[in-house]
Amino acid sequence: MDQLLVVLVDGINYAAWLFLSAVGLTLIYGVMKIVNVAHGSFYSLGAYVSATVVGLWFRYGFDPYLSYLALFIAALLAGFVVGPPIERFLLRYQYDKDEVVILLITYGLFLILEDVIKLIWGVDPYFVSEPYELLGNFEFASMTYPSYYILMVVLALLVGLTLMFVLKKTQFGRMLISVIHDREISSAMGINVGKIFILTFGAGCSLAALAGAFTAPTISVTPGLGVEVIVLSFAVVVTGGLGSMAGVALASIIMGLVRAFCIHFAPELELFVIFSVMALVLSFRPRGLFSLAESRKI
Amino acid sequence: MKFIQGLSVSLISTFIASSVFSQTAPVAPPEVRIGIVTFLSGPAASPFGVPARNAAELMIEQFNAGTAPAPYNQKGFGGSNIKMVLIDENGSSTSVVTEFRNLIQREKVDMVVGYISSGNCLAITPVAEELKTITLIFDCGTPRIFEEGKKDYVFRASNHATADSVGAALYLNSLKIKAKNYGGINQNYAWGQDSWKDFDGSMKVLFPGSSVTTSQMPKLFAGQYSGEISALLSSKSEVIHTSLWGGDLEAFILQSAPRGLYKSSSVILTTGETAMFRLANKIPDGTIIGARGPYGVLAPKSPLNDWFRASFTDRYNTAPNYTSYQMTQSIMSAKLAWEKAQAANNGARPTAEQVAAAMRGSTVEGPGGVHKFALSNGHQAVSETAYGRSKLVKGAMTLVDVKRFTAEQVMPPDGMKSEDWIAKGFKK
Repeated sequence: MDQLLVVLVDGINYAAWLFLSAVGLTLIYGVMKIVNVAHGSFYSLGAYVSATVVGLWFRYGFDPYLSYLALFIAALLAGFVVGPPIERFLLRYQYDKDEVVILLITYGLFLILEDVIKLIWGVDPYFVSEPYELLGNFEFASMTYPSYYILMVVLALLVGLTLMFVLKKTQFGRMLISVIHDREISSAMGINVGKIFILTFGAGCSLAALAGAFTAPTISVTPGLGVEVIVLSFAVVVTGGLGSMAGVALASIIMGLVRAFCIHFAPELELFVIFSVMALVLSFRPRGLFSLAESRKI
Repeated sequence: MKFIQGLSVSLISTFIASSVFSQTAPVAPPEVRIGIVTFLSGPAASPFGVPARNAAELMIEQFNAGTAPAPYNQKGFGGSNIKMVLIDENGSSTSVVTEFRNLIQREKVDMVVGYISSGNCLAITPVAEELKTITLIFDCGTPRIFEEGKKDYVFRASNHATADSVGAALYLNSLKIKAKNYGGINQNYAWGQDSWKDFDGSMKVLFPGSSVTTSQMPKLFAGQYSGEISALLSSKSEVIHTSLWGGDLEAFILQSAPRGLYKSSSVILTTGETAMFRLANKIPDGTIIGARGPYGVLAPKSPLNDWFRASFTDRYNTAPNYTSYQMTQSIMSAKLAWEKAQAANNGARPTAEQVAAAMRGSTVEGPGGVHKFALSNGHQAVSETAYGRSKLVKGAMTLVDVKRFTAEQVMPPDGMKSEDWIAKGFKK
């Protein structure tokens, strides 16, 4: 029984990380129909900004518990400072092109941003484990866990619920849904689609940066850490249904739990279990778990 | 007619002038072009790729200036200036093979020294043989390179992964640790699988009756190990073996230490030397640390090692880690072989076959001690290896209980596969 509880905790923890990593990607795709390969670069950017901010925070002796708030704000700022100019001055002129062309442009952007990150932060790793260790551990099912795991789960819930609230309960969210369904009609109805796009792209980039920022205390922050994230995020988003928040949440939970189960009971399967889940889901539901209905234009 | 006479006079004059000039001023030997391939980007760049690149850069500068100590004090390679052509190893195996071909066919390098990833080594080896170009593998550990067929142009100047795994088991044995069970976490590709297989085999020989609790095989560059750490903790393993490296190793240490993994188990980090200084205050005392050979802080004391460490530290403001040693060992091996082949060729530029013949079976002393190309028809070098336990002294990481194992103890005899040698209880 304890073993199953451990699987549950590990699965939920991994699911929270997957959700945080992937939700920005699905938001941007849902609204803008862009598969943003540069998503991984924003994850890296968040991790590096976090490493710098946390490093300075502890060096100057600020309240350690406020470092989480510093992480949060720094990541959001990083995403909103870098993301919107990219949308405004690069992507905006590409929307009439084929989706594959835009995908290649974001891939190019990914390569450029990776080099910019190396130019700014170099290739030496950064370690900022203070926030990870600060909260101590807790015992559950005869196992020791860092309390930081709880923080990650709470953060994922907070991000998910906030996005749902914004989408369902605010005027901006309704305009967003309108743009998702038909940008031309939305524009004709007076919605400033350009403004929606720039805000969405900024939000998506900030969410990727947020995931990177809160992962940074648990890893060695090194160049190239965003590559793995793009692949995993893409698997989650495709499984959940491109553009679907609920789909990303459910796919993250399924993948997190299945992976944790494999680690404990069949570790040799762990390598490809996430992609097996994706293949299985897509073989029955080719558009993902929660694919959005598309209106047919006549 | 006058035009023909004039032309004849000009040609004869030019010929005489050039003949005289060639007798009085020797033509400078053409440069030796060496392709250096290592990770310059990606997670392996910082702990492995860049320290190795730095070592290559330092050695080539020292050789070209003729300032290295004997027997490396001849300028360049046999008097020819060395030109380094640097390539990033990061990318898919396909792109790595393409870059390898480009180095040889487009950049016209005389030899290639490189490769950290075992997957990449396995991919480029047949191409090196096909293109008949001397290729010195400097870091990757998979024993399969030479076990899967005879090679003529590919060499490895340091031990393969078997030495790390066998050495780790011998170290446990030397500490009289009673290991009834053991687990592992290794990356799921050639290096991780081979490392675990050799360690598992060695434990079965040295600790009869011991059993495997769990063998975790996360993918390369996974970064997130919370599940694996839970599985290792649940397994209650007395010993945990890991050959994780680079950012993966560092992430594993950061995530596992606060959860008490090192309190409940003796943890062996076979590549721990690259992380031990950066994460000095994160690695608990008593952790078993290796450097994939007698490198870094485990290098034997010698004037050559003192010179290398001082030169490297002076140039890069950091001490060389084991990949720096491996790269240096490889370039030194290439230099000695080239010069031996050139001497045997009456001072003329040697061919790849002549360099290979000179390197085959040679003995090379580098900063990491004596290495002999003793296995696989003289293409695979062997050396001693060493392990120690971490101990933080006044905030600085040190290694205590250091034990050294001879090449014969940790590497299989010539002509025998590692797996068979281990299975037969290390008997020849």
